Amino acid sequence: MSNTLISDQEFDKFAEFFYRKTGIKFDSSKRYFVDKRVAERIKETDSESFRQYFTSLRFQASGEELQRLTNLLTVNETYFMREDYQFRCLIDSMLPDVVSRHDPRKPIRIWCIPSSSGEEPYSIAMYLLEEWDGIDKWDVELIASDIDTTILETAKRGIYSERSVRNVPPAWKRRYFKDVPGGQQVDQDIRDAVEFTRINLSEPSDVRSIRNVDIIFCRNLLIYFDDLSRKVAAEHMFEAMSPGGYICLGHTESMGRISPLYRVKKFPAAIVYQRPLEARK
Amino acid sequence: MALKKSNIATASSDENELKDCKTIGQNLLSDDASVRRWAARDITHCDGASMMLLDQLEVETDMSVRQVILTSLTQVGDSEAVEGLVRCLRTEDAGLRNEAIEAMKHLPKEIAPIMACLLNDSDPDVRIFAVNILESLCHPDVEQWLIGVIRDDEHINVCATAVDLLGEVGSEQSTQALQELKDRFDEEPYIQFAADLAIKRITGD
Amino acid sequence: MNILIVDDASTVRMYHRNVLEAAGYTVDEAVNGLEALEKALANKFDLYIVDINMPKMDGYEFLRQLRSEDVDQAPAVMVSTEAAELDHTKAFTAGANLYMVKPIKPLQMMTYVRLLAGEESV
Repeated sequence: MSNTLISDQEFDKFAEFFYRKTGIKFDSSKRYFVDKRVAERIKETDSESFRQYFTSLRFQASGEELQRLTNLLTVNETYFMREDYQFRCLIDSMLPDVVSRHDPRKPIRIWCIPSSSGEEPYSIAMYLLEEWDGIDKWDVELIASDIDTTILETAKRGIYSERSVRNVPPAWKRRYFKDVPGGQQVDQDIRDAVEFTRINLSEPSDVRSIRNVDIIFCRNLLIYFDDLSRKVAAEHMFEAMSPGGYICLGHTESMGRISPLYRVKKFPAAIVYQRPLEARK
Repeated sequence: MALKKSNIATASSDENELKDCKTIGQNLLSDDASVRRWAARDITHCDGASMMLLDQLEVETDMSVRQVILTSLTQVGDSEAVEGLVRCLRTEDAGLRNEAIEAMKHLPKEIAPIMACLLNDSDPDVRIFAVNILESLCHPDVEQWLIGVIRDDEHINVCATAVDLLGEVGSEQSTQALQELKDRFDEEPYIQFAADLAIKRITGD
Repeated sequence: MNILIVDDASTVRMYHRNVLEAAGYTVDEAVNGLEALEKALANKFDLYIVDINMPKMDGYEFLRQLRSEDVDQAPAVMVSTEAAELDHTKAFTAGANLYMVKPIKPLQMMTYVRLLAGEESV
């Protein structure tokens, strides 16, 4: 029988370790949430106590258990318009900066990885059409990639529950969705505009084909990687982008934990990361 | 002008063909940083990869290439790579030093045999870096190494770095050494604070 | 007065926090130069206390980049384990205003902080 109780001291120790590993900080107000999930893992791993569990968590060379626990402690539900302050930042700040030094004959390229079930690339497509004046002057290519081919098929179908589209403005909903059996489907035109491709961000040969990207949305993916894979992923994205291009990470993620390759850039709506225009020493 | 379907995935990519190791080695010396970065990635399967990567690391001026070289050295992780990384600990370039420390954290099996040596280095900075490496080294001897440091190391900042980590990994077997450390540096408020915190966390009082 | 402590060692951050909070300052923390830069761009600080050796981005690079940003600047105290003259010069060139050598004594830290805060020193 496991003893799943966690003392205050143990919680502090755990919170610090987890912060160092993931950049996610849990203060004592989150104890109920954290304790419950950690207790679940203590039981599942047949550990005798928190202490024993924490030791194995810390010293396991594969990092597998830390990954399991991270998955449990990061709720990751995707839906339309999620973290839309970054889309605001795309329209108001990143795109105007990108087009100011972009070859007018070439398209602007935006890359969503992970695509997941498609809510994010489609949200961006709608934002571009509805909110960005530049869409009259520029071609935009939207690429959405995922390692999981099943989810890419779901994304291409583009059928969503009422819950998933709850934050879409009613006027946009009328314009870009239609009722189908099983939910609401994104219009054919929008679905056709997004290029869905299978890509493993850790695999150099997968990433080699992606280049000259101006803006990357890589939200809530790196949190599921170990330290070294995260660094590799950041280096691969660097390769895929044009100098001066931008990366948006999820709101709990920070490039400061991953790689020094990028510059932090502050815009009114969001903090994003930029591949420097010039090489750095 | 509008949203436009990309053909990026179907576009032919001539760079994707496998290159031989001789070409990769030459590319590592290219004037184009992007070519050097790809060479530093592709070279990991070639014989003598670590030596070539380390040679380039010494003269490489572009930070983005240095980052990829260090990642590749970590992935190769042979004895040449480890020796090269240890040499980086002695450089005056703080950036490179810290990058080497991070790379070494990912190589527990390879670093463990030389850890005792690093912890007894004559340069206190190298000893501090060795403790920094222990921070993320998933190895069962970490606590014993740290106890050794706070017992025997005469340099206060080496001990201070070790105590910080004992606050996280320490168990009952560390408490006595922590108490002795407090007595040894009884006029240093930081050591008192850090050792008390570690003891408190271990005993749960 | 808002102070950002930049150090990769959690015990050091906690120690500095205790000393500074006891004196009535508010404190935030960052584990390396990059995280510090993110925080410095997102919030306004009146003083930075910055360690030199940190992963991802060291203290020198943090100050160099901070000083090149178009934000309200604030003084910085560099903290290091090395007492060599060379490091002093490097710290000042990078944009530090004062330099402290570890281990830090609370009284010394408060003297520096009050000085840079424009308060009367003890």
